[in-house]
Amino acid sequence: MSALLEIKSVSKHFPIGGVLSGKEIHAVEDVSFSVGGHGPEIFTIIGESGSGKTTLARMILGLERPTMGEILFQGQPVTHANRRERLRFMGKVQPVFQNPFEAFNPLKKVDRYLASTARRFLDLSAQPAVDAAMDEALQKVGLSLAEVRGRFPHELSGGQLQRVAIARALIPNPPLLIADEPVSMVDASLRMAIVNLLRDLRDNTGVSVIYITHDLATAYYISDRLVIMQRGRVVEMGPARPILDAPEHAYSRLLKASVLAPETATGDTLTVQPELAAASAAALAGPPGSLVGRPDGRLVRQA
Amino acid sequence: MADILTVDHLRAYYLMNYFGVNREVRAVDDISLSIARNEVYGIAGESSSGKTSLIKVLAAAIRPPLKVVGGSATYHFKTGDIDVTSADAEAIEAVRWRNLSYIMQGSMSVLNPLRKVGRIFEDFASRPLGLSGSAFRQRVVGHLERLKLSPQVLNAFPHELSGGMRQRVTIGLATVCNPEFVIADEPTTALDVVVQKDVLGLIKDLQRDMGSSIVFVTHDMAVHANIADRIGIIYAGRLVEEAPTRTLFTAPKHPYTAHLVASLPRIGDTTERPALEGRPPNLANPPAGCRFHPRCPLAIDKCKTDVPPLETVAPGQRSACWRWRDVEPLAGGRHRAMELSK
Repeated sequence: MSALLEIKSVSKHFPIGGVLSGKEIHAVEDVSFSVGGHGPEIFTIIGESGSGKTTLARMILGLERPTMGEILFQGQPVTHANRRERLRFMGKVQPVFQNPFEAFNPLKKVDRYLASTARRFLDLSAQPAVDAAMDEALQKVGLSLAEVRGRFPHELSGGQLQRVAIARALIPNPPLLIADEPVSMVDASLRMAIVNLLRDLRDNTGVSVIYITHDLATAYYISDRLVIMQRGRVVEMGPARPILDAPEHAYSRLLKASVLAPETATGDTLTVQPELAAASAAALAGPPGSLVGRPDGRLVRQA
Repeated sequence: MADILTVDHLRAYYLMNYFGVNREVRAVDDISLSIARNEVYGIAGESSSGKTSLIKVLAAAIRPPLKVVGGSATYHFKTGDIDVTSADAEAIEAVRWRNLSYIMQGSMSVLNPLRKVGRIFEDFASRPLGLSGSAFRQRVVGHLERLKLSPQVLNAFPHELSGGMRQRVTIGLATVCNPEFVIADEPTTALDVVVQKDVLGLIKDLQRDMGSSIVFVTHDMAVHANIADRIGIIYAGRLVEEAPTRTLFTAPKHPYTAHLVASLPRIGDTTERPALEGRPPNLANPPAGCRFHPRCPLAIDKCKTDVPPLETVAPGQRSACWRWRDVEPLAGGRHRAMELSK
């Protein structure tokens, strides 16, 4: 079985300070991985803001062209020459965005979005068929068309709206979802509902999910494999739980040490371990090095 | 320990009149609590639970349509007592920034993008401190040192600083007058994990240094666990539970709290985390009885009709639940309770 998505040494550089300045930001630097090679999985991309995780997601969605390297979806490049191919690709890779309140137009009823997605990607025109497709997708996220029809975004709670956003993405029956920080704007009591939903989709519907986050705890909870990115570079990559149980790269260790949990609350002062921060900064300043394999299947960047 | 703030049966509603139709939203409904000097009091609750409205009243920013319809919120400052629900604008102006201060959420939208940081400090703090020129600058530079910021940031525009530095500047603005009481509204929500820990540490150090009290609002229970001395849980405009931090995590006595604690995932634990179904109630038309009953796994008939009082269930712990004796830590929380009680 070939992989669903293959990222082959992809880099993305943005010019800054005008075209003539010659300066560039290396948002993504030589990233390679593949997703869905052994059946559906949740693949997590972890990194801070500025680590290039959103740029990577935009490249996978075909919204940005990589400066170097290649992204293949089911063996085909994701940057398409014509509109028809592009539409076919969009039906197979669907995004879920961070803030559901901004993803929906507040002046339009939410079922209009679902209907237009169904018409466009499933080539349906008869209303009953469109309704059936919408209801099927809403059932997958634990809602029904009857609950959602005729509602405006402000009439739904944040958690419901995020589930509608996921249902919309599921209408074309895509094999891959790109979820960029889908729970960071959702309240604590609803966060696990969304996270559990992503896991159910993998287990019961066979959808692979690229889950982009900076929350290590939910990443541990649902992901099969993950990459940790620091300033555009992959520093550690492989099976999720072994890596988060015992991160090896200095930056991964710093991230894990900075996660707040009730168990680690000491009542003393909160400080970021200076030696870890220093090691992480040194790794960033030093030569890029290369990814080296480990017996448990992970890759770690070493100078 | 002397209290610095006493909130007594506070009710603050949004009173609106659209086209002749009166609508009232009971955002803060009969909340009583007190906060001691030198204490960090955490307030947790989901969006639209009324925590922001409560904060608005505490920060003396009560503007229509928000209206205090009953109760009081009295500060006991060294300069005298002041009830912010009835004090006039002049009296509030006299304590603002000097005694009562506020750390805001979005550091990018708080700082004026067209003014240098030094100018912003002047705008904010020159008048309350009663200093100007080099004396003022000296004071600000001294304060920035406590925040581990170099004086050079005064010459920078906000966009030239990183997110963490901007948040430090915002904290600096709020604390440069050495206030007795600081309100921190989700000050770390938009930050990355490493920066978040750093900023929280800074807030805690400053608090110890200045001996002030902080009301810390966030929906992230993990943050509360690390910074708060006591936590109050707000649900649909009411205080449903209040306890010292450790007690709240090990022995919650309200089903909503038990759920919040149990739903926190953690590294090294893969047990199924429960998700709370349903949605927070509409405050314009809250359910009768206990407002949590439609989502509550323990609800009985009594909960649908009678409002449970906030009663003391253990030393320092208050809960508003008819069945608090039956509340047990949930699956994920049980594990956590065992670990914490070691």
